[in-house]
Amino acid sequence: MLSNLGNILLFINVFLSVLIIYFASQNIKTSGNSISETIYQTTLLQTTLIFGCFFTLVAAFITSDFSLINVFENSHTSKPLLYKISGSWGNHEGSLMLWVIILTIFSFFFLINNKTHPKNYRLFTLIFQNIIILGFLSFILFNSNPFTLISPAPKEGLGLNPILQDPALAIHPPLLYIGFVGSSIYFSAAMASLITNYSEKFFAKSIKNWVLISWVFQTLGILVGSIWAYYELGWGGFWFWDPVENASLLPWFAMTALFHSLIVLEKRNVLYFWVIILCLLTFVLSVTGTFLVRSGILNSVHTFANDPNRGIYMLSFLCLMIFSSLFLLFKKYRKNNYNINFNSKETYVLINNWFMLFYLLTVLIGTLYPIFTDALTENKISVGPPFYNAVIIPVVVIFLFFMAIGPNVKWIKNKFDNLISFIIIFILALIINFIIVYFFKSFTILSNLIIISSLFLIISSLIDLKKSLEKSKFDLARIISHLSFGFLILFIGLNHNFSLEEDFNMKVGDTKSFNNYEIKFKKLEVKNFKNYKSLIGDLEIKDKKMSQIKTLNPEIRIYESPSTLTYEAAIKTNIIKDYYLTMSNIDRSDFYNIKFQKKPMMFWIWVSCMVLAIGGFLRVFQNAKSN
Amino acid sequence: MQKVIKFLTTLIFLFVIVVFYFSLNKDPSYQTNSLVGKKLVELNLENFDGDYNLSTKDFKKNNFTLINFWASWCSPCRVEHPILMSLSKSKKLKLVGINFKDKKNNAKKFLNELGNPYNLIAKDEIGKKSVNFGIYGIPESILVNKEMIVIKKFIGPLNTQDYNEILKIIN
Amino acid sequence: MKIIIFCFIIFLNLSSSYAAKKNIDQNQIYKNLRCLVCQGQSISDSNSDFAQTIKLVVKDLIKQGKSEKQIYTFMADKYGDWIVYKPQLNKQNFILWVLPYVILLGGGLVIFSIIRKKRKKF
Repeated sequence: MLSNLGNILLFINVFLSVLIIYFASQNIKTSGNSISETIYQTTLLQTTLIFGCFFTLVAAFITSDFSLINVFENSHTSKPLLYKISGSWGNHEGSLMLWVIILTIFSFFFLINNKTHPKNYRLFTLIFQNIIILGFLSFILFNSNPFTLISPAPKEGLGLNPILQDPALAIHPPLLYIGFVGSSIYFSAAMASLITNYSEKFFAKSIKNWVLISWVFQTLGILVGSIWAYYELGWGGFWFWDPVENASLLPWFAMTALFHSLIVLEKRNVLYFWVIILCLLTFVLSVTGTFLVRSGILNSVHTFANDPNRGIYMLSFLCLMIFSSLFLLFKKYRKNNYNINFNSKETYVLINNWFMLFYLLTVLIGTLYPIFTDALTENKISVGPPFYNAVIIPVVVIFLFFMAIGPNVKWIKNKFDNLISFIIIFILALIINFIIVYFFKSFTILSNLIIISSLFLIISSLIDLKKSLEKSKFDLARIISHLSFGFLILFIGLNHNFSLEEDFNMKVGDTKSFNNYEIKFKKLEVKNFKNYKSLIGDLEIKDKKMSQIKTLNPEIRIYESPSTLTYEAAIKTNIIKDYYLTMSNIDRSDFYNIKFQKKPMMFWIWVSCMVLAIGGFLRVFQNAKSN
Repeated sequence: MQKVIKFLTTLIFLFVIVVFYFSLNKDPSYQTNSLVGKKLVELNLENFDGDYNLSTKDFKKNNFTLINFWASWCSPCRVEHPILMSLSKSKKLKLVGINFKDKKNNAKKFLNELGNPYNLIAKDEIGKKSVNFGIYGIPESILVNKEMIVIKKFIGPLNTQDYNEILKIIN
Repeated sequence: MKIIIFCFIIFLNLSSSYAAKKNIDQNQIYKNLRCLVCQGQSISDSNSDFAQTIKLVVKDLIKQGKSEKQIYTFMADKYGDWIVYKPQLNKQNFILWVLPYVILLGGGLVIFSIIRKKRKKF
């Protein structure tokens, strides 16, 4: 019954989308500046029904209705309620429902929040957005329908993968989707703006909060994904330059470039076509990322199940999007005269965009290169962290300096009166770096440079913060975000430099000594739990310098249905550092492979990223208030 | 200038899409064929009873040698065993078995039960030596010629298709 | 005077950063090798049998005095380029390493040409 309800709602939504496109195109031809009531009512109905459809699927998961293949494959009666619910979007078909919901919500709210903007611009946005909705609805109906039945209905489901039962992972897709799926609305708005010639600052005003909101959620989504990877996956890292991680980072770079350029477009009425390109690019990257991850082209820890048919469908959709936007862009492009002085805030925004595009293209090239070499030369290569770190980090050093200087440069034309203060800040950064190096013995030139430049950004932002609080100026959002970005890079740099990692094979009773630490493998216990058996290691870590002793208990969990083995890392967190220990068995031996890591500043990395997002959130509020 | 940019942009996107299209049908799993065509060099293998070290001399005697990596605890090895027994009948092919991460008694029991197709048996108890042959799992088999150049690599248990292919090569 | 202090501080920073000698880092090598039987994990992160074996082999190679580059070449020789996470600088991968910097330079030129337009008018 749920299956029938779901399918009916899907079909109705297809019909509604077509209807909306029709009504909107009719409404465009009429004069006046108001959108017909029918359109408002239809879009409201559309939003309500798509939610209904989504809740139908969630209900099927909650009630463990295994007559739906999707529920059978991805759920289990003994799953906790939270994970039954999150299981509904944690698979390919269900996540497409999440796609459609967000596309629809953004469509509706954009429509009703832009009443001060031209009717045709809004109507065309609605049309383009609904074309995208139709594309995804038909993908669901013809290829990836979560409501497909299986007969006879099984009594129990298959989906009890313990690694996926994690709160961070549950919330990761919704956060990320509001991010990059939300970018669809300014893709549609950009197309609409091109067609209706609605350019310049008013267009910027129309989309700016949408860009910011999607950016905030994209940041949070990436943060939560990294937290999950750190706590659940057991390798002690949080970013691997894995293709799926890169797929979420690419739209982020484009969004960051975009909202910086929007500031210039709004203030000075220049860079319109560049803003349009960024709007189109962001969503194209989102769809490309989705394609790469689900088509089976890539090999990664995160990939969903492979199915080349899905790939063809998504590739066709991507192709349509790219060539239609290129066509419109080429048709409407007019050469502009820029009046940008080299010493002005506009230049620094351009510099930001320059660097963002560099990061974006580097990550894009690195991710796609193995695909290309494999297709063209039959030789498979890997492009991993060494490449990205080597290419990107040196450039970040310079970027951070620009990030500190830029906000203090005036619009149109700047004078060099703040040069001395920058030199002082630079010296201060050097001194602090020297202190760190002297007491903690730092390493390469590059790590020093990164610390210096992030300190430069931090100190400069703190000074800005003091000035802003004194004068009650409303630049708090920017200062907080820039400051936390500086801290983020600083903490990542410190974490990378001062991390300790040792890998041993030990038997119960062994002790190993290294640096200032001693590890004792005290004992191994077997404990039985409700749905798994656990082998718990008791390891004592002695910090000889501080005379501290900590006990860590890594686990090897043996699950029955499905029959899996998971390795639970033992993590002890405090303000300054994390201790991270994993234990894995060695086949046909009574030795265990023990990997010990000391990871400084982990907590502060998470905090910095969180505050970065909060800064963006603050800006959205400031914008809403000034409207 | 504008036309050039527009043309190039369209071309680049088209190129990317075409590559994506052709990549869709490729097999994403990895076959370690990097050693094919190369000469095997590091050969410090101990023979099974531990009293003698294998060297290239053992391989030069024959035109072709099939090096087979196996263990008693590996079930696909049981599946491919009859094919190895058939291959051992061929005079043109010598079979060298490398017992991988195994215990001597279990290995002996395995061969007593299923038959011994090998002219020579070597052992790699820790598994480190097999890395020199580019092995990452068992069973795997490598076909080499007199000059110790790798002709073909078989990953996974040998099937009848592989069997026929080997016969074709050695004849 | 300020300039002298400035240079002195820079000098201190640079010299202290050379103080730490670069020894061969076993864990770094583990991180740069791919586990062939896993889905996107390095040898360092993987619990698999294959990863354990490779770790032992790498330890031996380090004891034999091989450099980091030699170890990667050894592994790539046996298992193909796919096992090494840092793409080798050869004809095939040349574009990969060079293109990002070409783009960086290109972007700079574009910005420069945008900004220069105004100055030319005067």
